[in-house]
Amino acid sequence: MDAVLLARLQFAFTISVHIIFPAFTIGLSAFIATLLILWQRTGKDHFHRLARFWTKIFAVSFAMGVVSGIPMSYEFGTNWSRFSEVAGNIIGPLVGYEVLTAFFLEATFLGVLLFGWNRTPPWLQATAAVLVAVGTATSAFWILSANSWMQTPAGYTMKDGIAYPADWWAIVFNPSFPYRLSHMLTAAYLTTSLVVLAVGARYLLVDAFKVEARTMMRMGVGMLAVLGPVQLLLGDQHGLNTLEHQPAKIAGLEAHWRDTGPADLVLFALPDEVAQMNRAQIAVPHLGSLILTHSWNGRVPALEDFAADARPRVTIIFFAFRVMVGIGVLLITLGLTGAFLWKRGQLFTTRWYLRAVGWSWPLGFIAILSGWLVTENGRQPYIVYGILRTDQATSPVATGALAGSLTAFVLVYGVVFSIGIYYIRKMIRHGPQGAAVATAALPHELPNQPLASARESVRESRSEPPAI
Amino acid sequence: MSTLAGSAYWLPVICAAVIAFSIAMYVVLDGFDLGLGILFAFFPEESDRDQMMNSVAPFWDGNETWLILGGTGLFVLFPHAYAVIMPALYVPLFSMLLALVFRGVAFEFRWVAKPHHRKWDIAFSAGSIVATLCQGFMLGGLLGGTRVAAGQFAGGAFDWLTPFSLVCGLGLLVGYALLAATWLVMKTSGSLERRARRSARLLLVGLVGFIILVSVWTPLEFPGVAQRWFSWPNILYLSPVPVATAFFAITCWRGLAGSRFFFSPFYKAVALFVLAFVGLLISTMPYLVPPAITIWDAAGAPSSQRFVLIGVAILVPFILGYTVFVYYHFRGKVRADEGYH
Repeated sequence: MDAVLLARLQFAFTISVHIIFPAFTIGLSAFIATLLILWQRTGKDHFHRLARFWTKIFAVSFAMGVVSGIPMSYEFGTNWSRFSEVAGNIIGPLVGYEVLTAFFLEATFLGVLLFGWNRTPPWLQATAAVLVAVGTATSAFWILSANSWMQTPAGYTMKDGIAYPADWWAIVFNPSFPYRLSHMLTAAYLTTSLVVLAVGARYLLVDAFKVEARTMMRMGVGMLAVLGPVQLLLGDQHGLNTLEHQPAKIAGLEAHWRDTGPADLVLFALPDEVAQMNRAQIAVPHLGSLILTHSWNGRVPALEDFAADARPRVTIIFFAFRVMVGIGVLLITLGLTGAFLWKRGQLFTTRWYLRAVGWSWPLGFIAILSGWLVTENGRQPYIVYGILRTDQATSPVATGALAGSLTAFVLVYGVVFSIGIYYIRKMIRHGPQGAAVATAALPHELPNQPLASARESVRESRSEPPAI
Repeated sequence: MSTLAGSAYWLPVICAAVIAFSIAMYVVLDGFDLGLGILFAFFPEESDRDQMMNSVAPFWDGNETWLILGGTGLFVLFPHAYAVIMPALYVPLFSMLLALVFRGVAFEFRWVAKPHHRKWDIAFSAGSIVATLCQGFMLGGLLGGTRVAAGQFAGGAFDWLTPFSLVCGLGLLVGYALLAATWLVMKTSGSLERRARRSARLLLVGLVGFIILVSVWTPLEFPGVAQRWFSWPNILYLSPVPVATAFFAITCWRGLAGSRFFFSPFYKAVALFVLAFVGLLISTMPYLVPPAITIWDAAGAPSSQRFVLIGVAILVPFILGYTVFVYYHFRGKVRADEGYH
């Protein structure tokens, strides 16, 4: 296998594993902050129990996000040193600002959030949760700005093959950034909402933690019913933006080989990259034009308009795009159905719905991964669109070293993160137990409280989990 | 470097100071929590290990972030050095990152896995030891010189592996363990604290031995280093470094004796680390990748450096502020069984 492919596989693998955790923790931190604020306002115990419960899961997820994220900041140099040289003046500061504005904030206040239950007044705890949530979203801001610049570069000048910044505002807010940021953040909040909803539904199915489960169901369904349709609009706008700036990507993900009239919407096909045509195609006439140009007879650029070595491979992006959109439609259906049942007062008793959402927790993650497959593969053969080709961007590293490190990553990540997800499952089965420590903030109780809560947590961990 | 004037001279110098600062922060902060992993091997009792973990659990995420700042800082401010160093240190770097995966997740997994947490104790300890060794190898490999041709790394995958880098790896192992032992003296009580004191004295002797060894070895092996330290009048200006090192080593020893001082051994150990780091900077300046690339050769676009330095100037004080706040918030000795788990 050649070095470029190995380097690409390694980055694809490490970032795909990594994105799962931030995608979850961005939403989860906001959820925990909301719960703590609600607890402060209402004084209701179950908000606090839920906050503590999800904070434990957050801690495990965040740790996995941190350790899988650190390699990324070094892979630019180890595997992509030419990319670092050409784009480093621009990408570097954006990543640097992520570290300065976001990483330290979230990592530091996570300590207060996690370990402050007995040492910290509730308002500070809630503030820490808000800061962690702001940190995770800020992180997304900078990383998506950097990625968007690689998709739609702006505000730079080229000198001797190296990109130099000319206008930082134009760089940060490059043309695709607002769309990508809102699309990804919404995706992250939807993903977490679905997990929360699924956990609530599973508890209700076995009659466990009913108060907490209902709160989770209500919050999850509400988020899904509102953000699902919003995401559809954002996705549509993002698509139009891509059509404007990266038409080859759109042509590829629609498997639109030739521009012979109003575009069909291809629902299913087996794209044949050699013959440059679709086999077994099922398509709706005019619908492609309608979606992409918002007009009945609009023309859409086709793959043949681009040189063969300047357009993406079709198969991956074609299918990944359909997976993402399909899941999106499913999420909207689940959200609206849930809202309808809620209105009728049947949300907590409709068992088929509880079962359906109980199984739907992975959907958000799959949609996010599919979406990234589309946007990253759709940018090929460029690593920085129109500036640097991917096969020109690698490091002078031996194939053996690349293959070795890739193997090591697959093995280590495979073992460690599987176990981590197993532990999260274990914690979810264990459930939001234990009394709230509403009185812990009283100073005179401080010295004894840690012992008490630790004993309690030992008790908890030995009790049998409900069968979910 | 007299041809460079004004900001062309100073901007890379300021940037180098920022990188040096974040590396120093990383070494001190993550040093003591990596060191706890090293000490884990010698403290088999579960309750001891729980306390050791809890003493650092609120901080480790923040500590490790300095590593990301160091990596991205180099990427941002000195892209040409970054593009050479990363391929040159490929093997130890990736080994370190993977080791950090194991020890990082162990912080959380260990509690969830209880009572079947032994494997995560091992992961924490082994991960910390491997990560530390790799950091030492990288340091030694970098000091030993990197082959560069046409601005790119031109050496082999194992160039970093030399007797000198092995010594650096072992030295760092002892040093981090010392930081951790003095941290435990400060943060724990009872028998754990007493045993930490004993280990710390042993480790202090070991670290001083390694400092002497490296201080003798580097001038003998690298003529530039000898020139830097022992030529007149440098020897006069630089003499405070070894004198201060000796002073802190002795006061650290005295702080560890008896049982009156909880804080001072840790601070003295930190001072030793900072001095050793300053010594290394003196030996290598102005090279980022000895013997080929200086900070001026490696500097990125001035407008990029400026853009980041503005952020650093505004944000790093905040970061330091809330870092201090969190350390203050969780000050004092760890109570047995404390934690959120």
